[in-house]
Amino acid sequence: MAQVSSVAEGKTTKSVTLRIARYNPKHDSKKQFMEFNLQYERWTTVLEAILDVKKHFDHSVAVRYSCRQATCGSCGMIINGKPRLACFTKISELESDVVTVEPMNNFPIIRDLAVKFERLFDTHHKIKPYLIRDDSEITSNEKEFLQSPEELENYIQFANCIKCGLCNSACPTMATDSSFIGPQALAQAYRYVADSRDKGKDSRLKIIDDSHGIWRCHFAGSCSQVCPKGVDPAMGIQFLRGYMLGFRS
Amino acid sequence: MVNKMRESVIMKIHYGTALAAVALVAVHILMRLTQSFAESLEYENVIANYQFLPYAGMLEIILILLSIHGFNGLRVILLELKQGRAYEKAVSYGCIAGMIGLIAYGSRTIFMVNMGMV
Repeated sequence: MAQVSSVAEGKTTKSVTLRIARYNPKHDSKKQFMEFNLQYERWTTVLEAILDVKKHFDHSVAVRYSCRQATCGSCGMIINGKPRLACFTKISELESDVVTVEPMNNFPIIRDLAVKFERLFDTHHKIKPYLIRDDSEITSNEKEFLQSPEELENYIQFANCIKCGLCNSACPTMATDSSFIGPQALAQAYRYVADSRDKGKDSRLKIIDDSHGIWRCHFAGSCSQVCPKGVDPAMGIQFLRGYMLGFRS
Repeated sequence: MVNKMRESVIMKIHYGTALAAVALVAVHILMRLTQSFAESLEYENVIANYQFLPYAGMLEIILILLSIHGFNGLRVILLELKQGRAYEKAVSYGCIAGMIGLIAYGSRTIFMVNMGMV
C-alpha cells in the first residue's frame, strides 16, 4: 500500500491538457472547447480525467458513464479524433500532451459529450435481437437448446457487442444516410442469423434487405477498427451478404 | 415496380451487369487491337463495325448493361446523399427514365447505322 501511494504522489505523475467540447443545442450555434490542465498517472483513463474536471473545475460538463470497465457502453466519445470508450482509454496510451474529447459523430448531441442513443436502440430493436422459434426452453418439457462449440464459434464474437455506438459513430455511410440501419444492428442481425438455435433468418434478412439496409455498406471497415470489444461488424455484414447472394445457407 | 423489387435483387442485377460489362468491354477493346488505334477511329471503319451484325449486337448489349449498372449506381449515390419518401421515389423513377432514355437513344444510333440509314 505504501509503495502504491508513493507512486501516486508523484513519481509517475505527468500533466496533460484536456480539451472538452462544450455544446448545448438549445442555445449554442457551434461547438466550443474548454481547456483544463490536469495531472495524470500512467493508469489514469480519459473518463477519470473528465470526472476530475467535473469534481474540481466545472461540474456542468455533461458526460454519460456508468460501469467504468468497458461493459456498459455508456462513455463512447471521440478522443483525439477516434471513437473510443473513455473508461477504456488511458491518457498515457494516447502519447499526446493534449487530449481532445468530443461527442460521437452521427448521433444527435444532448449536451457536451452526451449524445442521444434512440436511433441506435431503434435499429437494434428492429432486427429482432432475440432467438425466434416456436418452442421455448422455459415452457417445453425438453432440455435447453443445445449447441456445439463449433456452432457457438460462428457468432460468439458478435455476442460481445455492448451497444456503445462507436461503430455507428465511425461509419461513413451513417454520416450521410440518416436512414441507414448501421453496422451495430447489422452485426447483431448476423449474430442471430448465424445462431444455430434461431429460426428467424428469413424475417431478419427481409428487414435488412432494404434500400437503406445492408447494401449501403461500402466496406470501409472503420466500424471494426474502433470496436472496443473486438467485434468485427464489417465481417458480419459481408457474411450476411453471403446469405443474401446465395453463397451461404 | 421500383418499390416492390427487393434491394438484394437490384444489387444482384448491379453486380451481374458489372461482371458481364467487364467481359464484353474486354472483347470490345481486343477488337480495337486488330488494327491501329487511329485506324479504328476512321469513319469507314466505325461504320463497318456497326454494320457487322454480331459486333453491333455486342455494342447494344454493352449499352444496356452499362446503362442499368450506371443508373443504379447513380440511384444508390443519390439515396445516400439525401433521404425522404418523395425524394427517393423521384430518384428511383428518374433513374429508370434516364436509363430507358439512354438505351433508347443509343439503340436508335446502333440500329440506324446498322441498317445503313446514316
